[in-house]
Amino acid sequence: MRLHLTVNGEPRAVDDVGADESLLSLLRDRIGLAGTKNACEQGECGSCSVYLDGTLVCSCLVLAGQAADRDVVTVEGLAPPGTLDPVQQAFISAGAVQCGFCTPGLVLAVDDLIRRVPDPSDEQIREALAGNLCRCTGYQKIIDAVHLAAEGAGNGHHGH
Amino acid sequence: MATTVTERAPGTRRGAGGVGESVPRVDAVPKVTGTFEYASDLRAEGMLFGAVLRSPHASARILGVDATAAAALPGVHAVLLAADLPGKRTFGLNFDDQPVLADGLVRYHGEPVAVVAADTPALAHRAAGLIAVDWAPLPAVTDMEAALAADAPRLFDFGNVLRHVHIVHGSPEQATADVWVEGYYETGMQDQAPLGPEAGLAIPAADGGIDLFVATQWLHVDREQIAPCLNLPLEKVRISLAGVGGAFGAREDIHMQIHASLLALRTGRPVKMSFGREESFLGHVHRHPARIWLRHGANRDGMLVAVDARLLFDGGAYSSSSPAVVGNAATFAAGPYEVPNVRIEGTLVFTNNPPCGAMRGFGAPQVCFAHEAQMDKLAAVLGMDPVDLRLRNAMHTGSVLPTGQVLTGSAPVRELIELCAQAPLPEPEPADGRDQLRYPGGTGNVTRGEGLRTGVGYAVGFKNTAFSEGFDDAAAARVTLRLTDGVPVAEIHTAAVEMGQGLTTVLAQIARTELGLHEVTLRTADTSAGNAGSTSASRQSMMAGGAVQLACHQVRDRLAERASDRILGGGETLPGPVELHDGLLFADGEPVAGLADLLTEPVAETAVYHHRPTAGFDEHGQGDVHVTFTFAAERAVVEVDTELGMVRVLHVTAAIDAGKVLNPVGFEGQIEGGTAQGLGFALMEELQAENGTVRNPSFTDYLIPTFLDMPPVDTRAVEEPDPGVPYGLKGIGEAPSIVSTAAIVAALRDATGRELNRAPVTPDDLIGLRGPRPTSGPPPVPDVPGQWPVPYYHNRSSTQQGLM
Amino acid sequence: MDFLQPKSWAEALEARAALPGGLPVAGGTDVLVALNFRRRHPPAIIDLGRVPGLDEVSADDGWLRIGAATTYDRLMTALPADFPALALAARTVGSPQIRHRGTIGGNLGTASPAGDALPPLLAAGAQIEVASRAGTRRIAAPDFFTGPKRTVLAPDELISAVHVPRARGPQQFAKVGPRNAMVIAVCSLALALHPDHRRVGTGIGSSGPVPLAATEAERFLEGVLSAEGLWDAPRPLSASVRADFARFVTIAARPVDDVRGTAAYRTEALRVLAGRVLDWAWADYCRTGAR
Repeated sequence: MRLHLTVNGEPRAVDDVGADESLLSLLRDRIGLAGTKNACEQGECGSCSVYLDGTLVCSCLVLAGQAADRDVVTVEGLAPPGTLDPVQQAFISAGAVQCGFCTPGLVLAVDDLIRRVPDPSDEQIREALAGNLCRCTGYQKIIDAVHLAAEGAGNGHHGH
Repeated sequence: MATTVTERAPGTRRGAGGVGESVPRVDAVPKVTGTFEYASDLRAEGMLFGAVLRSPHASARILGVDATAAAALPGVHAVLLAADLPGKRTFGLNFDDQPVLADGLVRYHGEPVAVVAADTPALAHRAAGLIAVDWAPLPAVTDMEAALAADAPRLFDFGNVLRHVHIVHGSPEQATADVWVEGYYETGMQDQAPLGPEAGLAIPAADGGIDLFVATQWLHVDREQIAPCLNLPLEKVRISLAGVGGAFGAREDIHMQIHASLLALRTGRPVKMSFGREESFLGHVHRHPARIWLRHGANRDGMLVAVDARLLFDGGAYSSSSPAVVGNAATFAAGPYEVPNVRIEGTLVFTNNPPCGAMRGFGAPQVCFAHEAQMDKLAAVLGMDPVDLRLRNAMHTGSVLPTGQVLTGSAPVRELIELCAQAPLPEPEPADGRDQLRYPGGTGNVTRGEGLRTGVGYAVGFKNTAFSEGFDDAAAARVTLRLTDGVPVAEIHTAAVEMGQGLTTVLAQIARTELGLHEVTLRTADTSAGNAGSTSASRQSMMAGGAVQLACHQVRDRLAERASDRILGGGETLPGPVELHDGLLFADGEPVAGLADLLTEPVAETAVYHHRPTAGFDEHGQGDVHVTFTFAAERAVVEVDTELGMVRVLHVTAAIDAGKVLNPVGFEGQIEGGTAQGLGFALMEELQAENGTVRNPSFTDYLIPTFLDMPPVDTRAVEEPDPGVPYGLKGIGEAPSIVSTAAIVAALRDATGRELNRAPVTPDDLIGLRGPRPTSGPPPVPDVPGQWPVPYYHNRSSTQQGLM
Repeated sequence: MDFLQPKSWAEALEARAALPGGLPVAGGTDVLVALNFRRRHPPAIIDLGRVPGLDEVSADDGWLRIGAATTYDRLMTALPADFPALALAARTVGSPQIRHRGTIGGNLGTASPAGDALPPLLAAGAQIEVASRAGTRRIAAPDFFTGPKRTVLAPDELISAVHVPRARGPQQFAKVGPRNAMVIAVCSLALALHPDHRRVGTGIGSSGPVPLAATEAERFLEGVLSAEGLWDAPRPLSASVRADFARFVTIAARPVDDVRGTAAYRTEALRVLAGRVLDWAWADYCRTGAR
């Protein structure tokens, strides 16, 4: 089928989309946006997280067809090219990136969290990010990055 | 080959981005913006996709294979079976015992039988499913003790023992002690579970060779195995490192490299292979399950007199790096303690279980789990504080290992233990009225504080850095210094693999410190650079770092020559020492030239760094087998719901023997991450194989810790420089993984009073529904020709010079 | 494979009737896993995501009507007062990403015995409303499941809503898993007190081929509460009542050993959970009485 959707603010039309093709596959293999990652293809790890009409979802669990005429935002669309949004900058400053495979999904999830809860506690952070697995960092510096991003966005206060 | 390396960095201005600073990662921006290219993101014009048909059986004969239906499927470009292999038919890190494609026999669940190249991944998998295999299942040996029986099915003609290591030190037969403590311990099969599954792209080249882009851990050893299987000379196999989504040992062995290359050469098209999560679990090696019998003898004053250790490791179906794993485990089996009388018998067997190989810690986590449990048991019997017992027996510089090797490097074991013991404990929380997430069981709403008990546990351990038993795993690096827009820029080129641990950042920091400049670039790691050795064994900061440092010194020396020529004319040299900082060349403390002035032409230098030589085990297991050692201690605080067996790890303190912390934030990240993997191994991670068949190859049922499972980790570094090593540094990547599992289980024992002799611990164990695993005693020591792996005595070719 | 995206409920029912074997998808959190792993190859997919009104939550005459496409996220926020057990259960599901998409209708359609929303439906006395072109019918929750991943849903039917009495008494839900988040239940237990009818409802998850009601435990507790006049004059329950209730709950369970846990552990965990959820629900009742 032919699919129309908006990705990172740009209208896209994709032909020959399979009925059982996932949004993840559409983004990576058809549209060429490889920033969203495939690490489990069953919604267990959060590496494929994107915004669908402003809601954080696992793109491996959304059918491409279900995104027809909808608005998708991926990690590539969080900030204009050549710039970093406060969450991305905070990840760098806090040392929250190692292999980085989980990073795009986490940046989306943290972005979503801070928009909803501007100054989250450690518990709120842990629960909100429980669907994002990381194998390298042990999570501590990602939590630090969330607090840093919250402060940077002008919301936070020191100490958790 | 003599090497001189300075151990202390010459002075650099603060904030200059050199050694010792928390410099942000060089690859951070692409990683947070999603533009960093991992192996699974690669694409090439006209590429095909490869898929593997894998054995559903743990042990079976292949009576026939019919690939006609698969080959006939439109969009399928190649189907390859064992009969189609153009070159060598096997590969392996130590012994080439592993078939590229199974030929008449499979030895493990998941063993590759055929490969397919097709227009789309879905087509390739569908075609693989259409290959009809006539299987005759065989009896499988899936218990490591059963594998030792004389009548056990044999995986190879020489039997099921791959290696047996025998270590005797002092007089263990005659040792007398006031108390003896015995214990039996088991550890399960852990998986590295890197977030990025295996992937790579093979592109056939005009010269008949292959260009391979792959996420791996050792480019050159991959090439040595790949080329013969493709029937190509080494120089026609060119490998470039693609972005690696974590490794932790899973990528030391060949995974898709040969398969993709074969398909690319057959079809004349680029071929990409990218594993899903299930295939990733089946397609790489795992941590060796172990059974360990220990007997500790000590006197009333707490001093250890003797340790008797019997180790049995399950290597699975192929040898991989197992020979080195058991060698390592054996040398560390008594722990970082002074013990005058030691006997260690370490056996590694083949079974039809999934093949095991390198995983962070390489045998040390298993023995640490056992020896630390023994130390706690001993403390209880002696009525002594477990910290005190460890302090009394702790190794230090000058101590002698069970192998007779003297610790000549730094060994601040006492200090590590004391740091953990003296760190403040977390504030106790009242049992009721908490936020739900501060109870064991997390979001499950299973408790309001009923049955909670807190426990504290300690563990101390150690491991070698770099390769052992005589292996000269040198590392090469090339540093080129040139002017770009008037600014001196250093370019580093090594084959050393960055897999997330932060190596490339550290190498850049070293170049900045040694060359006194700021701008550093890194070329992609590929086989046009010299062999850098494996990114494993916590070795690359020392080895690739040492090579970069050496190359920088050679660059400095070339610059000094240029400055001499320019200032003094031919024949004379500047007074020393010559140092570079702040963009200037200093001779005997005086600035004599700007770097920019000396770089009318670039300077390029290649260096190879060798560590000090090591030896093999003699017939008593004695020898200077390892290069150097890193020690670690952790203290874990846990809370257990003793009625349900739910656990919340409250806090971990980690004290690491770091030598010199090269990048503090990077260092903490490695310790926190390694501790998380150890927590997983203590509480939830086990790849379950039933009669050799893997039952949980998915993230639904192979569980790794989430945000709600990990506590804060308080990391402390002891920086006592290791002599004769760049910056006095120690390799720290594996340090936290060695001790974290043991510390957490020790804390669980403290909280519940249960024996808990197996990792991972289950809720059944914690509530007493299941008792400690029983044993009928250690198996007899196998009869082997000597200390080396058994195939060596049967003239099986070893792929590498000596052992890994 | 066809992809159908009906724009109305009538259109959806037409599609369902016209395409036997067509796979209905709402949030997709279960269905997509099967599709991604190529375990299912339906002739058509029927996406219910554009059907208006399928996710409405409304209350009428003491009953709550929850549209089948209501997500766990919405269940968490909209139901704490009217259906506390389901709100608690929704919080235990997966992650925010999963909760934003997974639906109660999907949980029913998948009918896994480990489905988190299912024990609360049993405990609260819910009815499942299903529809076809011919009309709608209601099925009591315990009768909806016929086996693991099997229901009474006919090939031309779709789940349209869940009807449940609005909570008049305390409810609880507890779920044991192998780690602290993102778990498929090793076992779970829902408890609902219905003071208006003097009834007790339970639901056991992940301990049998289908979600199970601990009927003997319910009757036992109802008997004690009535005989001792505790509905009207609540006071703490004795330790032996608690223990007997817990024991009756375990009798109803039919657990097996699997990769996630042993049957023996499931039984013991249910025994512990039963005592605890009873403590908490009854303590709430002692404090607040009936509503």
